[in-house]
Amino acid sequence: MNISNESSRDDFVVLSGIIKRYSDITAVDNLDISIRKGEFFSLLGPSGCGKTTTLRLIAGLDCLSGGSISIDGKLVSNTTFFIPPEKRAIGIVFQDYALFPHMTVFENVAFGLYGQNKNQVAKRVNDLLSLTGLGGMDKKYPHELSGGQRQRVALARSLAPAPKVMLLDEPFSNLDAELRESLRSETKQILKESGTTVILVTHDQEEAFSLSDRVGLLNFGKLEQVGTPYEIYHDPASRFVADFVGKADFVPAYAEENYIVSSIGKFLNNKNYCLNASNVDLMIRPDDVTIEADVNGDAFIEDMLFLGSDVLYKLKLSNDVIIHSIGLSAYPIPKGTRVKVSINMPHTVFFPVSDKTQHNK
Amino acid sequence: MINLFQKLPLSFFNKDKGPYGLLSVFMFIAVGLTLLPALVVASSLLQPSLEVWAHLWDTILPGMLKNTFILLVGVSVGTFVIGTTLAWIVTAYEFPGKKTFKWLLVLPMAVPAYVMGFIYMAMFDFAGPFQTFFRNTGMQIAFPQIRSGFGAVLVMTLVLYPYVYLLAKAGFEEQSKSAFEAAKVLGAGRLRTFFKVALPLARPSIAAGVALAAMESLADFATVRYFNFPTVADGILRVWHGLMDLGAASELAGMLAFFSLLVLLTEQKMRSRKAYHQTKGKNQGVPAIFLTGYKGLIASFICISVFFAAFGLPLLQLLYWAALEISQITPHTLSVYGGLALRSFTLSVTAAFFTVLAALFISSVSRLGSGKFSRYLARASTVGYSIPGAVIGVGILIPLSALDRYINYVAGNLWGIDLGLVFTGSLIGLIYAYVVRFMAIAYGSIDSSMDKIPPNTVLAARVLGANAYRIIFKIKLPLILPGIIAGAVLVFVDVMKELPITVVLRPMSYDTLSIWVWQMAAESLWTDTALPALAIVLVGIVPVWMLMRKRKND
Repeated sequence: MNISNESSRDDFVVLSGIIKRYSDITAVDNLDISIRKGEFFSLLGPSGCGKTTTLRLIAGLDCLSGGSISIDGKLVSNTTFFIPPEKRAIGIVFQDYALFPHMTVFENVAFGLYGQNKNQVAKRVNDLLSLTGLGGMDKKYPHELSGGQRQRVALARSLAPAPKVMLLDEPFSNLDAELRESLRSETKQILKESGTTVILVTHDQEEAFSLSDRVGLLNFGKLEQVGTPYEIYHDPASRFVADFVGKADFVPAYAEENYIVSSIGKFLNNKNYCLNASNVDLMIRPDDVTIEADVNGDAFIEDMLFLGSDVLYKLKLSNDVIIHSIGLSAYPIPKGTRVKVSINMPHTVFFPVSDKTQHNK
Repeated sequence: MINLFQKLPLSFFNKDKGPYGLLSVFMFIAVGLTLLPALVVASSLLQPSLEVWAHLWDTILPGMLKNTFILLVGVSVGTFVIGTTLAWIVTAYEFPGKKTFKWLLVLPMAVPAYVMGFIYMAMFDFAGPFQTFFRNTGMQIAFPQIRSGFGAVLVMTLVLYPYVYLLAKAGFEEQSKSAFEAAKVLGAGRLRTFFKVALPLARPSIAAGVALAAMESLADFATVRYFNFPTVADGILRVWHGLMDLGAASELAGMLAFFSLLVLLTEQKMRSRKAYHQTKGKNQGVPAIFLTGYKGLIASFICISVFFAAFGLPLLQLLYWAALEISQITPHTLSVYGGLALRSFTLSVTAAFFTVLAALFISSVSRLGSGKFSRYLARASTVGYSIPGAVIGVGILIPLSALDRYINYVAGNLWGIDLGLVFTGSLIGLIYAYVVRFMAIAYGSIDSSMDKIPPNTVLAARVLGANAYRIIFKIKLPLILPGIIAGAVLVFVDVMKELPITVVLRPMSYDTLSIWVWQMAAESLWTDTALPALAIVLVGIVPVWMLMRKRKND
């Protein structure tokens, strides 16, 4: 499952076995991740999982306790060697943007272009301001801007020196929901155009999924899974991932050689473990389950949650197993209705019963 | 050197940030120098010379102790009543002129007690205009003797109540509206709400204000001397100037320091018993009631009479004397005034420069350390603000005169030359004392502006390739510049007004504006005091104006 070991020529930012210990806790615990050139990569996890620490280690704002980090084939940090942040050719957008309050938008963006020809600087800054939709704002001060504009100034400022790697530390969390969505797609567009390799830190799975090429999921400083958003959601590598990303029900089941057998059906066993007729928990996502009103159905709707565009049904099966189903909200099926359940899963995901991973979701 | 200090537990050296061992040594020296005067005086208390005490006890001490106590209690009660009442009136009620009174009532803060003191003495003494007027109209009115404890308490209450007023007002303004609404719903009237809700909630702020006023009254020696009401602070200067007895002066200084410690402890006790948590946000402040008709006029009248007594009247009197003086000014007197102003200005600018420099250094170095220890150490350097000026003066005079003797001994024996009084005969000791006394002001202003620099701003600059030089000059200094300027201005003004330290440590016949005012007032030469006193009051208005502007912006 762990793709990071398949080292390839495209690997641009390589974290090998990195460890960060503080006096009493290990914030990052032996992490191996390879990020490809031009990729949009997200570090996703609950608060305190070590994702921001990892970002700071890549940036050089903290020192490693073990392992090494290289960028573009060059070692930037291990326990005895350290290239300071200003020499790593990286850009950062902080959660609070950290704009220089005493400088205009123009001066902010031009800060990283120190020592270059004046005309070149002006051209580069103006190009970036128009790229980020801030044309005409160059003489304003940060306090005169809206939250979204500040975020874009921060983005333009860190793009100015054309960094090899762009690090984003929860850059959307200080914005209100509506603005967040439009800025997300805008930011993705701008970064794709610049061709920069991007590493985003977030606790918001929707954000990670909608922006990233690949996602790395962290828990307690350890890597749980690296994969495309599709893989993370539909083929989670651990019970923690299954739980953290979206809603999941776990149905008791029984593993045979070619099938996983449960009270709700028989599913192809495409995994190479749990083959010896052992008890497992089968993961069912609400969007894998469709229902149809049927007086002879073997389940009934115990409860219904109206969510806007969707409806979440809580279904009670004949053997008292509870699963959930997502349906369209325009034609909701009333509570108490008997239904026929059909399940259509591209992957069969199951975990050994003993595998009750702890996490701090 | 660096390695040595890394091994000491004292070194708050941070491995991630590079070798700061040497800086931490300088920091220890700087903080040690600010603590030195207090330690010198405290050590003289630890080794009391019984002879001195016996002599003091037989002569001036009992009277001084009694007077100090009366002054302390009188000023505390007076400022508490006037300050709290005015604060309540301008927050809880709407009446004609309220917005103007809100800041007019702060203005008396600009008048030093030793200026207000002689003006009141001149106006209300037997020969003053009031008593003369009533005598001439034939009315038999028993005026209280102004040259008394009553006069001293009155004058100091009038100049010091703004401390209580400002802090009480802030205390009332930050109270949550809902507490008052709850009290109202529960049927409490306005007066009951004040005593049962507003006053207890504002107690920590009021206690802080009263403590400030009490400390100032302890430190004053000039006003009490005009009113012939000698306190311990006055005693220190009498013993030093009259008897040249540094030992006795330092014993008295220790006693005065003990008094101020008592004030601080009382304040802590009043404050710490309960830490009031109140909701922050927009829903703050006592809901104001509109006072209409005669009630509104009464409120306006109370405000205007306090303002008139504490600022309007003394200012008019000063202006009158100033006009008299200007009408007969000569090139000679003009050059005397010019000299006074120049010396005051030089002292204030120099002191402001060094205080700000020291505060900048201590605040920055304390931030390099990783632990809390260095922050506590930095805080310790501000202790001078709670020590009366005369105590600091004596605490510096003792080690510096010893140093002078030693230097002269060495220089005389080795090279056969007479260096004179290097420290006590020059401005060095004086500037040093000002720095110790006013460090808290500069440090508070600079440190809080450093607190406001978001840490990510500096990191962002680093990531964008800035070196240490650019980070300091392009990011940090511009961001703390307002704090530096505010600190410098406040120190400048305070040095301009300062009297006790200047009296103790100034070089022979080095007259400043404040020294001149005090000396001429002691000789009852009113018109000669007018122009320098007016200059001091006008300069004193600057911080009041800054305070008001800041409030408006917040």
